[in-house]
Amino acid sequence: MRKIGLLVAGVAALGMALGQANVIKIATQSPLSGPQAALGEQIKLGAELAVEEAKAKFRQLGFDLVLVPYDDQANPDVGVANANRIINDPDILGVVGHLNSGVAIPSSEVYARVGLVMVSPANTNPRVTDRRLPNVNRICGRDDVQGPVGAEYAFNNLKVKNVFVIHDKTAYGQGLAEEFRKRLEALGGKAVAFVGTEETANFVPIINQIRGARPTPELIYFGGIYSQIGPFVKQLRERGLKTRVMGGDGLDSSEFVRLAGKENAAGTYYTTVAGPVSAFPKAKELAQRFKQKYGKEIEGFGIYAYDSANVILAALEAAIKAAGGKKPTREQVAQEVRKVKLEGLTGSIEFDDKGDNKRAKYFVMQVAASGNWADNKLIRTIELAAPGAR
Amino acid sequence: MLEQILVLLPQVIFDGFILGFVYAMVALGYTMVYGVLELINFAHSEIFMIGAVVGVEVFRYLAPHVENGFLLLLLALVLGGAISGLTAILVERFAYRPLRKRGTTNRLVPLITAIGVSFILQDLVRLIEGLWHNEFFLRMRTVEDLEGSVELFGGAIFAQNKSFILMGVSILMLLGLTYLVNRTKLGVAIRAVAQDLSTASLMGIDPDRIISRTFLIGGSLGGVAGVLFALQYTTITPYVGFLPGLKAFTAAVLGGIGNIPGAMLGGLVLGQLENFFGTYLPILTNGNFGTEYKDVVAFLILILILLLRPQGLLGQVVKEKV
Repeated sequence: MRKIGLLVAGVAALGMALGQANVIKIATQSPLSGPQAALGEQIKLGAELAVEEAKAKFRQLGFDLVLVPYDDQANPDVGVANANRIINDPDILGVVGHLNSGVAIPSSEVYARVGLVMVSPANTNPRVTDRRLPNVNRICGRDDVQGPVGAEYAFNNLKVKNVFVIHDKTAYGQGLAEEFRKRLEALGGKAVAFVGTEETANFVPIINQIRGARPTPELIYFGGIYSQIGPFVKQLRERGLKTRVMGGDGLDSSEFVRLAGKENAAGTYYTTVAGPVSAFPKAKELAQRFKQKYGKEIEGFGIYAYDSANVILAALEAAIKAAGGKKPTREQVAQEVRKVKLEGLTGSIEFDDKGDNKRAKYFVMQVAASGNWADNKLIRTIELAAPGAR
Repeated sequence: MLEQILVLLPQVIFDGFILGFVYAMVALGYTMVYGVLELINFAHSEIFMIGAVVGVEVFRYLAPHVENGFLLLLLALVLGGAISGLTAILVERFAYRPLRKRGTTNRLVPLITAIGVSFILQDLVRLIEGLWHNEFFLRMRTVEDLEGSVELFGGAIFAQNKSFILMGVSILMLLGLTYLVNRTKLGVAIRAVAQDLSTASLMGIDPDRIISRTFLIGGSLGGVAGVLFALQYTTITPYVGFLPGLKAFTAAVLGGIGNIPGAMLGGLVLGQLENFFGTYLPILTNGNFGTEYKDVVAFLILILILLLRPQGLLGQVVKEKV
């Protein structure tokens, strides 16, 4: 009796394995709940749209394409736990993600154990690719370029010398702020203070420091996420301080305006690695499809996630062909990703030997007074190569 | 350096008071429950958070209909206090009373229950707000009547009108509570139950009812503090209660837990310490220690105070009840 039971179980398992043989899954990992969900959802939906559109093509090749979203909650522990679940699902051949460098760095080490490829639309910390993992790639720019781009704009164009620098103590925020400070001081400016804070509600002590700082800062640079910068700017303006504010791509979300208030947010500068829809003429159509399908506007990271997914899909297609129509291994997909040459919506995508995009774009933006995120003014687009090996 | 410190000092003290009054109001909830049940009700931070969320929702829905900002605030305070108080009663009824009725003597059990309840409340609020508005960050609506600011002492202190409202309301609540505990029948009953639960019940006091009311009063104070906190600091999340709650608990211990004036004093002291070090640490250490260490330093000083005076500032050495 027991033997028959085992046999039945075995046959069932075999049936399931055979049934799944032609399924290829693409995973996304980004925060879908919690403070940064607004940015993370863009990554999921952008990738989802690319996968939906490629389904027909892959059916012809004999494969069912499925997107499996994972919620990393912007938390490294959760990201790593998800990564372990991801590598144990043999059908997952590629990952689009993450949003946070602090989550991407440990999670990508888990993917590396099985050679699972990751293409990131958003991770800007230099260490993401500087570790030279063969499976880690990104199509966006890096903080050691983004920070300096901000510093140069502040010093050369805004003509500010004294900057009050704040960061959120994460791999992303602190790294960005440090790169900003380095370049600013190299140019001849001065960081009058460099403070970290994990505070989310009460920014009064920092605002008092800004009032008391000598020489008076002409600009405040905040390396962090909109969830902190929004309330900070609101309290700053409520207390009558008119000092200009600049941030990095963590500020690049319409939530920033909601939290800071329209009048307070207006005029804030930010650099971003994921430009607005208006910066990419080719993305206009995508924006319409996105709006039709999900009922909301696509933002920068949504477009970048769409391109990231397409990089993986192009590599998959090449790997399937190379494998003679069979399901490729994870290593094969990872190798093909490095060979991809793709004219994406965000520009040309081609990886160097570290996994950085050969020429990434950086944007200097200013928040519009209308309160509508799509109206934000694109001040400057800079295309720069990633720094070489160090 | 000294000049920089002196220039900012009036402002720092003023802001420290605002924060201190918030802590004081929350600390009262901890201290009252501890006084009566010797239970550290960690779920009280979430009662505070619920008050803040109710405040945001009241402003969101009623601001277009209620012209007068002060009336609106009054409504928010009453509703925030009521809903928080009610939640506190429910928590006591369904989480703590069953343990008490079973005669659980281990002190750790209710403590762990309290921590569990605190997580449940956080995620419940997150779920409700997520389904309702799909929002994580709740933003307090701006109402014109409550905006505006003045400069005092020739610009040395920048004060917002809502800061005065916060201080005024909290002083009123604190005075009201002192009167209630010391001068009314309910206050006498609360003190009697705090003194000795079983003897009090022999004297015709229904202890369950008194405990329930204690939770109601402490919870309402926490809720009112939450509404004022939301008004002052404007962005609220389901997790916003955790740190203020922890600090308020510390304030209660600092003042001498179970002691009502002590909790107020502890709150004010903690608010001042936190704000002082938050602002001055980088200046005092020449930029080597930033604002991020404000809590570390404030808590270090607290530990020092408690080493010198373990019963807290206004606490008395607890005598064994015979």
